[in-house]
Amino acid sequence: MNRSRERILARVRAALADVPRDEEPAPVAVPPGRAATDGLVDLFADRLEHYRARPVRVGAADLPEAVAAALRRRGAGRVVVPADLPEEWTSRCEAELVADDGLDPAALDAVDGVVTGCAVAVAATGTIVLDGGAAQGRRALTLVPDYHLCVVDAARIVADVPDAVARLSPVRPLTWISGPSATSDIELNRVEGVHGPRTLEVLIVSSPGTGA
Amino acid sequence: MRIALFVTCVNDTLFPRTGQAVVRLLERLGHEVVFPAGQTCCGQMHYNTGYRRDAQRLAVRFVETFADHDVVLAPSGSCAAMVRDNYPRLAPAGSRLGRAAAEVAPRVLDLSELLVDVLGVTDVGAYFPHRVAYHPTCHGMRLLGLGDRPLRLLRAVRGLELVELPDAEECCGFGGTFAVKNPAVSAAMGWDKARNAAATGAEVLCAVDNSCLMHIGGVLRRQRSGMRVMHLAEILASTEKEAVR
Amino acid sequence: MSRTFLGMPPFPKAAEAAVADAQLRHNLHRATRTIRRTRGRAVAEVDDWEALRAAGAAIKDRTLRHLDRYLEQLEEAVTAAGGHVHWAVDAAEANAVVTELVRATGHREVVKVKSMATQEIGLNEALAEAGITAYETDLAELIVQLAEDRPSHILVPAIHRNRAEIREIFLRAMADWGRPAPADLTDDPRALAEAARRHLRERFLTAKVAVSGANFAVAETGTLVVLESEGNGRMCLTLPETLISVVGIEKLVPTWRDLEVFLRLLPRSSTGERMNPYTSMWTGVAPGDGPREFHLVLLDNGRTDVLADAVGRQTLRCIRCSACLNVCPVYERAGGHAYGSVYPGPIGAILTPQLRGTASEADAALPYASSLCGACFEVCPVAIDIPEVLVHLRERVVEQGGRPGERALLAAASWTLGDERRLAWAQRAAGAVRSLVPRRLPLGPAAAWTDTRDLPEIPAEPFRDWWARREKEDGR
Repeated sequence: MNRSRERILARVRAALADVPRDEEPAPVAVPPGRAATDGLVDLFADRLEHYRARPVRVGAADLPEAVAAALRRRGAGRVVVPADLPEEWTSRCEAELVADDGLDPAALDAVDGVVTGCAVAVAATGTIVLDGGAAQGRRALTLVPDYHLCVVDAARIVADVPDAVARLSPVRPLTWISGPSATSDIELNRVEGVHGPRTLEVLIVSSPGTGA
Repeated sequence: MRIALFVTCVNDTLFPRTGQAVVRLLERLGHEVVFPAGQTCCGQMHYNTGYRRDAQRLAVRFVETFADHDVVLAPSGSCAAMVRDNYPRLAPAGSRLGRAAAEVAPRVLDLSELLVDVLGVTDVGAYFPHRVAYHPTCHGMRLLGLGDRPLRLLRAVRGLELVELPDAEECCGFGGTFAVKNPAVSAAMGWDKARNAAATGAEVLCAVDNSCLMHIGGVLRRQRSGMRVMHLAEILASTEKEAVR
Repeated sequence: MSRTFLGMPPFPKAAEAAVADAQLRHNLHRATRTIRRTRGRAVAEVDDWEALRAAGAAIKDRTLRHLDRYLEQLEEAVTAAGGHVHWAVDAAEANAVVTELVRATGHREVVKVKSMATQEIGLNEALAEAGITAYETDLAELIVQLAEDRPSHILVPAIHRNRAEIREIFLRAMADWGRPAPADLTDDPRALAEAARRHLRERFLTAKVAVSGANFAVAETGTLVVLESEGNGRMCLTLPETLISVVGIEKLVPTWRDLEVFLRLLPRSSTGERMNPYTSMWTGVAPGDGPREFHLVLLDNGRTDVLADAVGRQTLRCIRCSACLNVCPVYERAGGHAYGSVYPGPIGAILTPQLRGTASEADAALPYASSLCGACFEVCPVAIDIPEVLVHLRERVVEQGGRPGERALLAAASWTLGDERRLAWAQRAAGAVRSLVPRRLPLGPAAAWTDTRDLPEIPAEPFRDWWARREKEDGR
């Protein structure tokens, strides 16, 4: 195996004979993304609508009721939650809450949904990013259940992709989610709902000082 | 202004009326046209087919023939693009051809560039009482960046009704030797272009490149369509006097 | 198992058959037009798209010009994060490495995320020979696998199939691979997607080994990135115990921040979305989250040959978005199979002959499978000048000799055009026989033209003679 490594690296070096040995990688000018303006929450909500991800805006005080109402609407009787999900979020829920303690895929498949927070959200693309940090749990949690209710604190919404990349650490496993699972494989028409959660709902929680 | 005409080998041999129209038009506008006799071909066919050395020889001939001319008109979008876009690639770095090409290439213009950008005219006083669709050829559109110059010229022609060609920006399928190396696909593209042209109800399909028009026109004639193909120069050269005659 | 492309006729012949297939042309026409519109909208929304495109090209060029150091950096970072890095010179070695890794797990089944690299090396076939079954999980790949078909598009391998055909395939073949399709399956895309979901669900939940490719590998951090839509990627990247990723050495980007460029370029160019539904990024292994074992197989398989060619090198910028296929008028009519490779369309026409060489008739025909219209270059998010590379490869084909007929014709043309007197003589000779040229000619390139198109009439007098006559008459 090491022989192949040396062979490939030697071939790469031979192929780059035209590159001066002392050439350093040139810096690249990258255009910035969309500027952070006032309407980020509106933009984020608009983009989510486009994906049919059903954004609902709530004040911080109304979040527990909003979570309960969303689950009620969905008819979700048993939902899984990350072990560190703030208890307050689900304090009004009638649904049975299953805390994740390493459930296997079959067990995750048996619940009706999952409630999480997120690390960052991107307004320009309607994306939520999970990094396994607070209130998010491991990746399987937001993958196997068919319904994902994601709570997005408005303060976590950034304008565009570059802002999100700057805030995230690749040391953690990351999942960027833009709407429910979808496919364009049949005649290049978009159909929502394949293997990942077929329904994504987002609660955007306005917090003081974000102008939301 | 004194304008050197690079008529191109295809126009010279098969479509002399395009060259004649250019001469008529420019003289009518008060300019002098010269025809450097040593000219033959820009080398596009050889270059595009992979015959680099032949193309280089033809390029050398071209830059020598036109070295002393300030403005060179090539009434063929793809030939103008060949000189401007590909001669620099064709010449080895630091070669004489490279230096000569860098000198000459920027002076080589398509007809619509010459009229609109250099001579500053969009209304050339033409009269052409027909319904016309315009096909923007690939090299004119993408390599020369002609934009709406040909359309502005056509819109200023009296009596001319300009109609929009569906899928106008799609290649007609000529592509030089592509037309005979991949005849099935080339013909399929040509037939689709002809169908789109026919759907406009135009009498004339106009373009800035007779190679493309030869291909589309060949399909139209095979289909016994009544539609004609015409180079932009021929429409712009038309006047009331001729229409009456 | 999907069939390979070995033994396919050269492009012109294969394309001729495709052009005659009305259903195929209808399917491709519809699909490519749909995606052109959506891409156009998504790109128009970005103000500085051209600058972004230039940045994408520059980052990739920078990567390629220093690829050796970035490969070593990537290896170090992946290893530090708990992953294992393997190097494969060619397809055979990559297949052997993956087969051995799967064997070592003790399992005989793998789930697969759509990956061009593993298709290129024929991994599924190699695993099958070793008694290991690979299950494709991307919907289009599933369609291709079930139909024992070949992929015809980079992003949508089953683009040549319409909904009615897909329904037939599901009804016929799903039962052989697992859960059958419901008997009352309709051709509604929703119903078809649902059938795929049910068919694969159990497989995902019990899978122990997954094989993937990657869209990007970040040298600085050792992070791998997969963009997808359906969630099959997440399933494969998250649930199994062992993950094996086969990645071409050109997939690297130097730094974490470089991703901000490609995450903006790729989805808009590819599916015409602002962002694809799911993007997964992982660095080595994460305790308690996802696979416990991660193997990265770095694949050369001809890429260093491409790298060595100063003109062809730009081909390695490709991020496999398939925008060039979707705008290509030749692809739209010839379909993907005619290109005789897992890489169809304009990018395939330049990539395949560089990876495989141009010795065979089929590979030598690929650089000519284009009218050089330039639509591909215009949409390429990393600004690969595909026409430039096509012409460059045509030169390579001409240099290797053969094709005496074409050579003689072009040499004759070159001789004639080499001097204005010879050209004038030839023009007069043609003029002399102008009335004798029939409407259809029987042989060679002339027949290829006149089978479908009329020839132009040869004029009585070429331009240069008219000019000379006029000069004389004017007494100039």
